[in-house]
Order: sequence, then structure tokens, then C-alpha cells
Amino acid sequence: MRLNYPSNVKIINVPCTGRVDILHLLKAIEDGADGVYVAGCLEGDCHYLTGNLKAKKRVAYVKKLLGEVGLEPERVEMHNLSAAQGTRFAEIAREFTTRIRDLGPSPVRTDKKPGHMAA
Amino acid sequence: MVVAERKPMEEILTMVADFKKILLTGCKGCVTVCNAGGQKEVGILASALKIARKKEDREIEIDEITLERQCDPEYIDQLEKPIATNHYDAVLSMACSVGPQYIAKRFEDVLVFPVLNTTFIGGSLEHGVWAEFCQACGSCVIHNFGSICPITRCAKSLMNGPCGGSSRGKCEINPETDCAWHLIYDRMKRLGRLDKLSTVVMYKDWTTNRDGGPRKIVREDLKL
Repeated sequence: MRLNYPSNVKIINVPCTGRVDILHLLKAIEDGADGVYVAGCLEGDCHYLTGNLKAKKRVAYVKKLLGEVGLEPERVEMHNLSAAQGTRFAEIAREFTTRIRDLGPSPVRTDKKPGHMAA
Repeated sequence: MVVAERKPMEEILTMVADFKKILLTGCKGCVTVCNAGGQKEVGILASALKIARKKEDREIEIDEITLERQCDPEYIDQLEKPIATNHYDAVLSMACSVGPQYIAKRFEDVLVFPVLNTTFIGGSLEHGVWAEFCQACGSCVIHNFGSICPITRCAKSLMNGPCGGSSRGKCEINPETDCAWHLIYDRMKRLGRLDKLSTVVMYKDWTTNRDGGPRKIVREDLKL
């Protein structure tokens, strides 16, 4: 659809969001990501039936854990959309980027220069 | 199995507040099965601790190792090399509380901390849910009660029947807790052994319970 979305969003493809583990999300934050979001299929549409529901619970767990260690839980989010919703994908990317920009750089990052992303 | 759960993060962070280098040990036994202290949980806690530290602009070095079990000296011996070669400020054990005690006994100069709260002996009800089934009284007589333990599952540990608080099959202390005696009655009725509940039996042998001090079992035939 050739829609634009912010270039700071790095995509990691998985066959199903059920593949995403708690440690994946935590490691991303630990290594300096300002925000992580899991984009899964619409609830009820999971090809593997419950993958996206498991991801939802894992994201909730990570949010709680981050809250307990003093990081903003809003840095990790779960979103549901259909693979056909190109416009919504770009919209989520824009919205999330704005929200994370408002939160500021992750307190975990050693370099706090805006615009520079940890690899 | 022994069922445990991780201590609140706040408590763990207080424990490690002054340490720069720690060894985080997991256990592949009971705590792996109840998703509290296995290899995965060790990884998750290590990551969470590092995040907490980086947030304060400090570092923490965490080595992770998951032992087969932490309740046999042979497995604790496997920590000898890592502890000797690295100068850890502390060792954190994610096993049930037997683990940290074994580590502390073997390595007397090392600070050892428990990461889990060991809660009860029990089993899983469904994925992610565990309940208490055994109090380790030492003289199991559940066969008299249709294989349901009144010591553990009855809030008052009654041995002779339900109390007045049994209501619609639930215990008065918690509407989600089944009345053990309701379950026992139903089971004995189903087995056709209700008359056994009426027979007078000797009082339970409580000498085998923890009341007399920590217990010990010796098997002469197994000693080397």
C-alpha cells in the first residue's frame, strides 16, 4: 500500500505472536529499546487458535513486572489487527511512536541522545 | 511437588541492593514444574534485575546456572567451580528453601539468599494453578477418607466430619474452597463405604508430625 510509518519502528516477524516469549520483551527493554509492541491477529482469528491470547497474557505479565522494577508499563503494549489492515498498521506505528516520544527515552539506555536508537 | 512462588520484586531488589556480582541458581525439580524457579524464570529474573539496575545507572553482573536439583549434595558440588573462580557478592537460589540451605551449608563463606517463598506441597489444578494437597503429617490415613486428606483440605483439619460452617459444599472461610468433608462424604457414598465413616478408630498418630522438631528418615539399606 506504500504507506509511510515512522522509521524507528523495527519489525521482527514471527509466525504467530504466540511465539513471543516474556524474555524476548524483557531483553528488548534491557538492551535499550524505548518501547516494544506486539502486533497480533484479531482475537478469535488466530490461525493457531490461542497464540494471540497467550501473547496478550505475556504482555500483561511483562507490564506488571516492569512496573515492579520502576519502568513505565506503557513501554510495552499489545495490539490486535488483521494482516490486511495496512492503514491500521501504519496508524499503530505512528501512535505508539508518539506515545513513547512523550514518555521520553528509556531510563535503561546509557546514551540518552534523542534520535539515536540502540541497535 | 513442592509449590513455590517468586518473592515480590521489591523484596528481591532490597536483597541485592549492595551487590555487584551475583550467581543466580535455578532448579530443574519442583520449581520448574510450578514455573517459579526453572531455567526460564532464572532468565526472566536476571533480565528484570539488570533493567532495574540500569535504570539507576548502575550495573549488576549476573551469572545464571540451573542445577538438576538443589536438594542433593552431589548437585550442589557443581557450584564449586563457578564459586571458586568468580568472586560473587552473593548467591541467589531460585529453588525451594531447601536449596539455599544446602548451598549455604556447602559454601560456608558465601552469602546465600532465597528468591522464592516456598508455599506448600500440592499439585496442579489446571495450567498455571496449583493447590495444597498435603501437610506432610507423616502418618497418611487418607484411605479412611476416600483418598481425600482432611488434615490439608479441611481448614480446621477435622477428622470426624464437617463443622457447622459447611455450606452448599463450600467452606465458611472462603466461598471458593471446597468443604473437604462434603467431598469425603460424597466419595465414600460413591464407593459404598459410608459405614466406614461411622466406625470408631484410634486417634491419629501425631508423633510423626513436625511438632516434635525437624524430622529425619534413615534407610540403612541405602547407606553406603
